[in-house]
Amino acid sequence: MRNIIKNGQVTADEWLLLREESHLWPAQDVIVPLEVWLSARLAHSHRSAPWLAPDADIATLLPHLADLPLIAIDFPAFTDGRGYSLARLLRERYGYAGELRAIGDVLQDQLYYLHQTGFDSFAVREDRDATQALAALQDFSDGYQVTWRRAEPLFKRVF
Amino acid sequence: MYRYNEVDARIVGERVAQFRDQTRRFLAGELSEEEFRPLRLMNGLYIQRHAPMLRVAIPYGHFSSHQMRKLAHIARTYDKGYAHFTTRQNVQFNWPALENVPDILAELADVEMHAIQTSGNCVRNTTTDAFAGVAADELLDPRPWCEIIRQWSTLHPEFAYLPRKFKIAVSGSLEDRAATWVHDIGLQVVRNADGEVGFRVLVGGGLGRTPVIGEQVREFLPGEHLLTYLDAVLRVYNRFGRRDNKYKARIKILVKAMTVEGFAAKVEDEWQHLKDGAATLRAQDIAHFASFFTAPAYEVLPPHPVELTAAMDAQPAFVRWLERNTRAHRQPGYRAVVLSLKKTGVPPGDITAEQMDAVAGMAERFGFGEIRAAHEQNLILPDVREQDLFALWTLAREWGFATPNIGLLTDMICCPGGDFCGLANAKSIPVAEAIQRRFDDLDYLHDLGEIDCNLSGCINACGHHHIGHIGILGVDKNGEEWYQITLGGSQGNLASLGKVIGPSFAQADIPEVFEKILGVYIARRQAGERFIETVRRIGLVPFKESVYAQHH
Repeated sequence: MRNIIKNGQVTADEWLLLREESHLWPAQDVIVPLEVWLSARLAHSHRSAPWLAPDADIATLLPHLADLPLIAIDFPAFTDGRGYSLARLLRERYGYAGELRAIGDVLQDQLYYLHQTGFDSFAVREDRDATQALAALQDFSDGYQVTWRRAEPLFKRVF
Repeated sequence: MYRYNEVDARIVGERVAQFRDQTRRFLAGELSEEEFRPLRLMNGLYIQRHAPMLRVAIPYGHFSSHQMRKLAHIARTYDKGYAHFTTRQNVQFNWPALENVPDILAELADVEMHAIQTSGNCVRNTTTDAFAGVAADELLDPRPWCEIIRQWSTLHPEFAYLPRKFKIAVSGSLEDRAATWVHDIGLQVVRNADGEVGFRVLVGGGLGRTPVIGEQVREFLPGEHLLTYLDAVLRVYNRFGRRDNKYKARIKILVKAMTVEGFAAKVEDEWQHLKDGAATLRAQDIAHFASFFTAPAYEVLPPHPVELTAAMDAQPAFVRWLERNTRAHRQPGYRAVVLSLKKTGVPPGDITAEQMDAVAGMAERFGFGEIRAAHEQNLILPDVREQDLFALWTLAREWGFATPNIGLLTDMICCPGGDFCGLANAKSIPVAEAIQRRFDDLDYLHDLGEIDCNLSGCINACGHHHIGHIGILGVDKNGEEWYQITLGGSQGNLASLGKVIGPSFAQADIPEVFEKILGVYIARRQAGERFIETVRRIGLVPFKESVYAQHH
């Protein structure tokens, strides 16, 4: 079991991430590719959740949002910023309220932005220390824009 | 000008602390070069041919004498005593040590400056008309809008890792001096029939490897919706822009692939969800930003004071400088003065620390402490009393800023090129100098009239060669430096891309090629016709025939 950052602290992960499109799921909570999850979720004895590639079409997921305990968004490279927009869409447009997890090339220096756009759990790359990365959530004490975490832009709050 | 509030200062301070820690981790081996690279670029730090290069933001080219003195201090303390003004109205230091950069950023923060997003695949420094606020042909002051965009774009959590860099320009005058047609987003501030202020929105322009003139995606965007609309454009780009090939990753490629109608419809659809959201600007918000850009305490002055006219009668050289290097002002009795950074023998845009201090002194003595950086790589004192022009000219001459060549052939836009830049295929500074030396006869130079000559040392086009009336592009041919010439490019309202006239030239041949091109112009021009107008009228053929005649 690996450590992740969740709700502002380092904690043991309850979920098993399955990268491959296999339908043979171990008997535990699993995160599986979106397409696999859509077709096989009902047969699983434990909880299951989808992970989205950055170019995922989220339309197929929308009917399930209210029931999902977790959605993961993959960052194949930390420089691939598509997941930030996906996160905001899920949170702000479609009202997703469950756990939103960043997986893949997730590093300390992106945590603050990820958190702002709606992620609340972070599977920091396994060769990095999640505890050290945790501090990055406090890199900035404020910001200019409207985000999932900030309902009002700075210009409406400060004169 | 805009002044930081407590939160602005705190955010910039936190950014310095963040970068200090990132630099520490890189030097300690905790961050790989690959991981550090995007982080340092988003703080303006390149690793160049000889040393790191730090690009400091001058938001929309607007800064003060106080800030200029700090830049001079940085040049002296951390660099080799000079700096370079860029075509994005920014300033670059060519020799800082990596481990000193956090300290430099801290010094900048002391004077409300930073290097945030001056490079990297993110929203870059917003640019505008260097004469904003004083231009005689200004419709609306673009600067409040630029500051609104600066804040929106600074550390935007959703758009820090775009497919590629993203540049926004804003123009508020009749003549577009901000090159809005060749930006990822060009905003032209306009009023609609009902008198409401808003923007004509252009998207998908740009220079670089694939030069494109932008296209209109919205004829009129009411000003209050600016930020939600920008969010919509950037979100469509962030999600759908290509990431598989960096040469096809700019928004212009996406706009072409979707067609401008398809792209505009996609943005409109996205925007319908964002419109009227919390980022919508209220009248008091716009008024708040505008309050930072009020006119300085102008005196009521008669035009043409005796101090001016007497000097004009006595000094023909002063008259020439007045005509070339000063501009009409909205306020009677004042002019805007361009300090030329295009003296022959000095790399275009370069300035020493002592000169920077001198500019600060001139700004304080003659111009309310205000300075502008123009994208043509000159400096501007926007508010000078006509009665002070002679005294300012005298000082500017002493300091090497009074070359009366603004808008003329030798006022070249020129990237640092192969002497400094790791990307360049060819040197650009020696070519610029060779042209300046060949055309050093002021009478001839003035007779040739307004010519934009732009020079880039590689296809990335930092020297904006595509929109030069005459463009020069450094190319690599089997390890040798060659130069391709384009004609007919233009910035402004009639923005156009230059066309290559034919095979490229060796460096030594460039001045001669220019002689021939300009010889054709002299022979064929009609009364009062500027170079670009002649090129448009007669086409490229006569120029090609002259330039390539002896090669066969």
